[in-house]
Amino acid sequence: MAVSAISELSSLKRRKGKATAEEKKANGRDNKAAYIFLLPWLLGLIGITVGPMLMSLYLSFTDYNLLQPPEWIGLENFTRMLSDSRLHNSLGVTFTYVLVGVPLQLAVALLIALVLDKGIRGLPFYRSIFYLPSLLGGSVAIAILWKQIFGTTGLVNQILAMFGIQGPGWISDPSTALGSIILLHIWTFGAPMIIFLAGLRQIPVMYYEAAKVDGASTLQQFWRITLPMLSPIIFFNLVLQIIGAFQSFTQAFIVSGGSGGPSDSTMFFTLYLYQKGFGQFDMGYASAMAWFLLLIIGAFTAINFVAAKYWVFYDD
Amino acid sequence: MTKLQALPASDTLGTEPGEKSKRVRESRGSLHYSRRARIRGWVKHVVLVIAGGVMIYPLLWMVVSSLRPNELIFREPGLWLNGLEMSNYTDGWSALTHPFGHYMLNSAIVVIGSILSNLISCSMAAYAFARLQFSGKKLFFGIMLLTIMLPFHVVIVPQYILFSQIGWVNTFWPLIIPKLLATDAFFVFLMVQFIRGIPKDLDEAARIDGAGHPRIFLRVILPLMVPALATTTIFTFIWTWNDFFGALIYLTDPDMFTVPVALRAFVDSQSATSWGSLFAMSIVSLLPVFLVFLFGQRFLIKGIATTGIK
Repeated sequence: MAVSAISELSSLKRRKGKATAEEKKANGRDNKAAYIFLLPWLLGLIGITVGPMLMSLYLSFTDYNLLQPPEWIGLENFTRMLSDSRLHNSLGVTFTYVLVGVPLQLAVALLIALVLDKGIRGLPFYRSIFYLPSLLGGSVAIAILWKQIFGTTGLVNQILAMFGIQGPGWISDPSTALGSIILLHIWTFGAPMIIFLAGLRQIPVMYYEAAKVDGASTLQQFWRITLPMLSPIIFFNLVLQIIGAFQSFTQAFIVSGGSGGPSDSTMFFTLYLYQKGFGQFDMGYASAMAWFLLLIIGAFTAINFVAAKYWVFYDD
Repeated sequence: MTKLQALPASDTLGTEPGEKSKRVRESRGSLHYSRRARIRGWVKHVVLVIAGGVMIYPLLWMVVSSLRPNELIFREPGLWLNGLEMSNYTDGWSALTHPFGHYMLNSAIVVIGSILSNLISCSMAAYAFARLQFSGKKLFFGIMLLTIMLPFHVVIVPQYILFSQIGWVNTFWPLIIPKLLATDAFFVFLMVQFIRGIPKDLDEAARIDGAGHPRIFLRVILPLMVPALATTTIFTFIWTWNDFFGALIYLTDPDMFTVPVALRAFVDSQSATSWGSLFAMSIVSLLPVFLVFLFGQRFLIKGIATTGIK
């Protein structure tokens, strides 16, 4: 089921236009009931999702501060983005976070899932331990903990001091601040790990048995069986984690006290968007940034889907 | 850390191994049972214990530190306690404008409102998508799937403008009403998948007895989809309880603060001397999530194992 959100989308496209016999027979019969059941969702789609999306598209071409009515300024917000060096920096920070954090997190998730897979005793206990951080990791409380742990006299440096090492102030040093937030992201590897575990269970045991008969080593089995069979799950995790990571906000906000510092080193794109929109009430510019973010995420997702053709293996 | 990240966990617990595959696994293990395998097993346990220890140590340390005098938090990396210092909790509880319980109550109101909203609106939409035939179904279903992946930020500015014009800033409505309108589409999808697994014969039988759709939905489908409703409840609880961004934007009046924004106000207002009470309140804020996790995890696995979603 994990992969089905994505596979359903692509199968929808394939089946387009071809109604099944059952659908034809029933066509139109339930329209009234269906729209009544769908009413809350439809209202939400129009009023909370599509409406605001179109509105923010319009606002992205305006200058708007909530007090005066929006003033049409054409592409000015977008040209301003081209020369906004803080914005460029925030893009760099976000890309680093996504491109380093997501693969590392997935690698750890896969590694632990592989160790947990082979019917190990105490599996439910280990699984809970590894899963718990991903439920807590998005909270302000954990961000506060992180702020202490990686502070100048925080837990990490206290432990380092026991070995006679004087650690830097991880979050007050621009060169390591982002790294400590990436570590927090890796710490929450439990959710993708559980998906990997479920995926590993679905690989037929006979493949491994056949490979063993042929004398394949454990490593060969991993490269030739586990990895290809798991690739749809890896793909699913990759797509979702990338979309999610681009939107990270809370951790950087709390750890940096809302400033994105030191020296903008934790200024995530979303944090800059928040500062522009809700700090300076530059709603037009914030809308332009939001649409730009949507385009970036859309582009990454599209690249993922295109690249998937070359490495994702479907066994059906 | 965002919703999407925690999101898939519910349905993967759904693909929890059936008893059958488990047995197959074990027989594979015993077939090649040897001393080498046993050693390998021990190595694995050692690796897991170390990895798990590193993962969980910061949390344990935070709990222990919250029970220590303040100055020790910056000197004592160990987990040894020389007595219980409860003053961090009493100080932290009353450190802000209102006692911390006030913010927990606010959070509880938002959480309960969100859970009820999600249960009602998502199950209705899911019933339509899973069981009814109507024009535009495929298009709407595709749109629904796409909205799962839509970044929140694209709609937040106009949503804010909308809600502030209605005068809803510093009320809980902006945090609850979108859920009453089924904008947490992930749960719609989860429930659609679940309803698809319920045998259609049951609906047919009810229909022959003269039941209409509202009745089939309320009397046949809803009672059978309790596990999916439980999953929705648990995840809505955790995500809403942790939600910071929404509360940060809509709740600026300390009277209305939920726990995450209250904690943030606490961090900002305190100098480095009161980490003990900051930790104490952080733990208080994590406790409900932890309890839901303890109680809910078992419930999820049990509920989903009996339905065998695939």
